[in-house]
Amino acid sequence: MSGVGIVAAQTAHFTQPLALKGGGLLPAFDLVYETYGTLNAAKSNAILVCHALSGHHHVAGRTADEFGKPTANIGWWDNIIGPGRPLDTERFFIVGLNNLGGCHGSTGPASPNPATGKPWGADFPVVTVEDWVDGQARLADHLGVDAWAAVMGGSLGGMQALQWTLSFPERVRHALVIAAAPKLSAENIAFNDVARQAILTDPDFHGGHFYEHGVRPLRGLRLARMLGHITYLSDDQMAEKFGRRLRVGAGSYGFDVEFEIESYLRYQGDKFAGVFDANTYLRMTKALDYFDPAQDFDGDLARALARARAKFLVIAFSTDWRFTPERSREIVHALVHNGQAVAYVEIDSAHGHDSFLMDEPHYHAVVDTYLKRVKL
Amino acid sequence: MSAILERADFDLIASWVQPGERVLDLGCGDGSLLKRLIVERGAKGYGVELEAAGVLAAIANDINVIQGNLEQGLAGFDDQTFNHVVLSRTLQTVRHTERILSEMLRVGREAVVSFPNFAYWKNRMAVMAGRMPVSEDLPYEWFDTPNLRFFTLLDFESLCAKMGLVIRERQVLDEAGRLVTEEPNFLGSLAVYRLGR
Repeated sequence: MSGVGIVAAQTAHFTQPLALKGGGLLPAFDLVYETYGTLNAAKSNAILVCHALSGHHHVAGRTADEFGKPTANIGWWDNIIGPGRPLDTERFFIVGLNNLGGCHGSTGPASPNPATGKPWGADFPVVTVEDWVDGQARLADHLGVDAWAAVMGGSLGGMQALQWTLSFPERVRHALVIAAAPKLSAENIAFNDVARQAILTDPDFHGGHFYEHGVRPLRGLRLARMLGHITYLSDDQMAEKFGRRLRVGAGSYGFDVEFEIESYLRYQGDKFAGVFDANTYLRMTKALDYFDPAQDFDGDLARALARARAKFLVIAFSTDWRFTPERSREIVHALVHNGQAVAYVEIDSAHGHDSFLMDEPHYHAVVDTYLKRVKL
Repeated sequence: MSAILERADFDLIASWVQPGERVLDLGCGDGSLLKRLIVERGAKGYGVELEAAGVLAAIANDINVIQGNLEQGLAGFDDQTFNHVVLSRTLQTVRHTERILSEMLRVGREAVVSFPNFAYWKNRMAVMAGRMPVSEDLPYEWFDTPNLRFFTLLDFESLCAKMGLVIRERQVLDEAGRLVTEEPNFLGSLAVYRLGR
């Protein structure tokens, strides 16, 4: 088996309260994480991989079953991590975690609220990208990493990489900001709100306290994911993959699944609703909406980024209409304005926003080439 | 482009860049000119390159390379950000000639432009003999050349006059990379200009 092989998650427990941007305090929290490769003696080879909306700590490798055999549960960015891969585990120590408010083991809405003993539910605070980065900095302390060789991520993960360079300029040497944007557009926020409304109006949502009713707002979550999925793909890719093909036996002039694209979206929606937490989804989309590092600088992104000390690699994808290349170029031009170090690559790819997860040779060559010049 | 002439071209440009100055190299390829300006002259450099292979090579060279198409102008680059904006042996491949020259002097205080002189005597000889010139400096056949514009020193200078661009300095090189002082539009193979407003 190539790649990093069998992996297991670890949990770090933090007892020091965390002050949140939106007000409020998390008294104590857990972060679940995985690591690949070995931290060197100088502790200079660590790379943090930040996840996007639905991601988590299981970035690479396979988890094991009860007999220690690898399962089919493969990490969500496995194709880029491992011996000889762009994030080369022979050279780098790679960390992936589940962010605060998540639903894969880190403290989140389904965790018990110490004040009540019941799940936090709707009372779990709205967490921001800044809060996530603060939490990740605690994890860095826990792992003995003073400064990351690189912080990287795609989409919402790219926003965290960018935020790292602003929250902790001295603790990140390179930022790989992929398929991201310096803030959401009105259209982006609109999509997020439709997704949230699907959840909030599901009768099983119970104002976010569905755990104690023994139900989950599956219909809302499913709709939210179906909508999200449309925005992750490109029109061309959808046409090529599904076209107007009908499923076998379809053509009944009814409202059951007829077209292949319907089948695909419903499958994705069901799969997601089965494992994801609705309260987490609401918070992840809010974190996206609120992210705007230029807000405190009269909207001037160049001034906002001036305090960054990291070198940047910014990557965008030609068919990404969720975060278009123009949005990445906003980051690039702000950095150029300041005389900061940045390389910008626009990858030709048919896969829309999801391209950042694909094993596209030129894209991986860019990441590989960039990381090879990172000094340890 | 011969190695000798390439070095001569870069030598001139390097001599015009002062330590700490900001340089934008348009069509930077693998970034070898920028690398030299950074290492030898202590400049701060950025490059723009369209081709994926060039971008990858520039990243390997640790260059601040920005993938983009010069034909779309320099949108996003702020006014007067650079001390020098370099267009080395690329102007003849650009369709929007006037726009790129204007853009260079919008984002930079000085434009450095080099191009092959179509009126070089060997090129004239080729045309006199009935064929389009193919040489080390114009290495393409007419059907596969990336060059869209064929022009001379005199042509270029009349465009500068029309656009109100000031020629601050002009250096002309022969095929061996030697400076040409006499009859530059006849004896010069490559021209290098410093332009301002």
